[in-house]
Amino acid sequence: MKIIVPVSDNTDDSNVDPSLSRAPYYMVYDSETGASESISNSAKDSPSGAGVKAAQTIVDAGAEVLLTVRCGDRAYNVLNGAGIKIMSASPGKAKDNIDAYLKGNLSELDTIHEGHHHGAN
Amino acid sequence: MKGITTGQIKMNIAVLSGKGGTGKTMVSVNLARIAVPSVYVDCDVEEPNGHLYFKPEDVVCEEVSVLVPKSDPDKCNGCRECVRFCRFNALVFSLDRLTVFNDMCHSCGGCSVICPQEAITEYPRTIGHLELGRSGDVYVRTGIMNIGEVAGSPIISRLLDVNTSPKKGITFIDCPPGSSCMVMESIKDADFCLLVTEPTIFGTHNLKMVVELVTEFDKPFGVILNKTVEGEADPSEEYCLENHIPIIGRIPFDRELSNLSSEAKIASEESVRFENLFQSILDNISEMV
Amino acid sequence: MMKQLLILSGKGGTGKTTVAGAMTHLFRAMACADCDVDAPNLHLIFGNTGKEQRKDYYGLPKAHIDEAICTMCGLCSEMCRFDAIKVGYTTRVDSHACEGCGLCEAICPQDAIEMRPVVAGDLRLYTDLEKGVFSTAQLRIGNGTSGLLVTEVKKQMIGAAEGAELAIIDGPPGIGCPVIASISGVDMVLIVAEPSISGLSDMERILDTARGLKAFSAVCVNKADLNPRLTDNIVTRCREREVPYLGEIPYDPEVVRVVNRGLTLAYSECPAGVAVREIFERVAELLYEGVVE
Repeated sequence: MKIIVPVSDNTDDSNVDPSLSRAPYYMVYDSETGASESISNSAKDSPSGAGVKAAQTIVDAGAEVLLTVRCGDRAYNVLNGAGIKIMSASPGKAKDNIDAYLKGNLSELDTIHEGHHHGAN
Repeated sequence: MKGITTGQIKMNIAVLSGKGGTGKTMVSVNLARIAVPSVYVDCDVEEPNGHLYFKPEDVVCEEVSVLVPKSDPDKCNGCRECVRFCRFNALVFSLDRLTVFNDMCHSCGGCSVICPQEAITEYPRTIGHLELGRSGDVYVRTGIMNIGEVAGSPIISRLLDVNTSPKKGITFIDCPPGSSCMVMESIKDADFCLLVTEPTIFGTHNLKMVVELVTEFDKPFGVILNKTVEGEADPSEEYCLENHIPIIGRIPFDRELSNLSSEAKIASEESVRFENLFQSILDNISEMV
Repeated sequence: MMKQLLILSGKGGTGKTTVAGAMTHLFRAMACADCDVDAPNLHLIFGNTGKEQRKDYYGLPKAHIDEAICTMCGLCSEMCRFDAIKVGYTTRVDSHACEGCGLCEAICPQDAIEMRPVVAGDLRLYTDLEKGVFSTAQLRIGNGTSGLLVTEVKKQMIGAAEGAELAIIDGPPGIGCPVIASISGVDMVLIVAEPSISGLSDMERILDTARGLKAFSAVCVNKADLNPRLTDNIVTRCREREVPYLGEIPYDPEVVRVVNRGLTLAYSECPAGVAVREIFERVAELLYEGVVE
């Protein structure tokens, strides 16, 4: 199963990024092989719609579980609709969060924040 | 004592300011009230306030809609050309289905054109509405954008097109603050621009930005110095004098004026003192154009 | 961990920047950001001294037509929903009207159109050993603040402000996307409210937004004596919403003089200065101890 975590850099030792849609990278961990890789997040440079684009990237990466600190409502709509479980991550190392998830110590994310609804152009 | 009979002039006057809170709405509302018969158009579609002063009657609402796409699942083959094309990230393809985020969509029509399967069609979706009413001899036109929408420009555009106004008379266009593309949309038909500013260095700094904007659009303009304090240096006034920018009016800071405006009352209706103040500003404008 | 205090107001003209400037001096904050990018003003009282670094900020790409290849077929002009392309002696793109959708690029039969990145403004960072870090941006006209730009201004400040204890952020106006971007990650939102009908409605909308983002908010009222009735309404609403009300600042003509000299109210003896210092004490209590006496 693939577990995905938004991270602040593309090293193994990276910390969980506080943002889901504007994190520079996602760490994709394969629980069967124990291997992890980093994919870059093109959504971070979008002036708008970053949440939507990030969700498409996560769906396309084949993730079944997402560990994140926060999640906006648009990304949530897409991810939830695709059947991806969204779990609440704590600030700190991505690997620690992944271990915590595999041990059953993480709970589902219960706060979805209002999206970045646009005002002026 | 009135100057030129304003009913004889037909022109569009845009009222703008670089920063919010300088008194743009207060000025436009009062001038529209004095200049009857007139039209007041509120283009600050995110946060329209003018109607709070006028409390218009006989209000007719008109919805404003834009086109958004939908995909026919029978024709869609999941190629995702549309997702790749959309620069606003309004489209997502997941679980064999295209999802459209309507409030991200700019209604460019592109996805529908480029879909190789011709699976995408468009349908209208309401993004806001216009409220067209009257308050005495002032025709009040307000544009209201629904919360969460992307762009107010289609509403402003429709607001300026709608013609329920009398054949003669001045139209005052109350613009959004700043210098974004919504402001540009609001001033495109203006014959004259009134820039409202205050005597702080903040006001001056932001005045310069709007001066740049109206200059780029080749609009004749003048400045109203609002909230002036007698005997105090006024950096905005100095800027106007240094740059030969016409000063159309000076409105001194006044607790009564401030209080009336905070309660959305039209000061020129409440007291002769303010009626005269705005009349003289109107006379100055008439002389300029 | 650096704490972040964000100052918001909804509509402009409530005195948000004046309060933000005073807080920066009272807290001796070594990091500061002006996210009011449509009309940046904080530098006028904070002072943008020190080493300046500028970085181009790119908005959405806009259409560019290569006139050498263009055959003036007019298809782009016909299809453009924003009336951004005019065919005359040449085919010209109005870059203010162009929304960057890319349809013209996709359909041009000659491939004469390319979407090119356009500089929408620049990010500016000032570092001064004594005063600390100041992050802001200047937009070119026709461009509005976006959530992305606000995020970039904050990131720029955080990146340069190692070791700073507290950052003060002068927030963007309004209630939309840029405001939401500014709230993310802050420890406390201080709303400077104005006692007017529109000011009251803006305060409510910002409180709703902040609550949705689980951000901690508190309210103060500026120019309170210009409308005591509405000031009372604000106090009541705060109590009903269980939002800390931190006090009021009277309208004070001295403020204009202080600000015009490029100073903050922090050390001013005028009534507004006294009131701002009292509010500062309460903000500090909330920020560091989580309680208000």
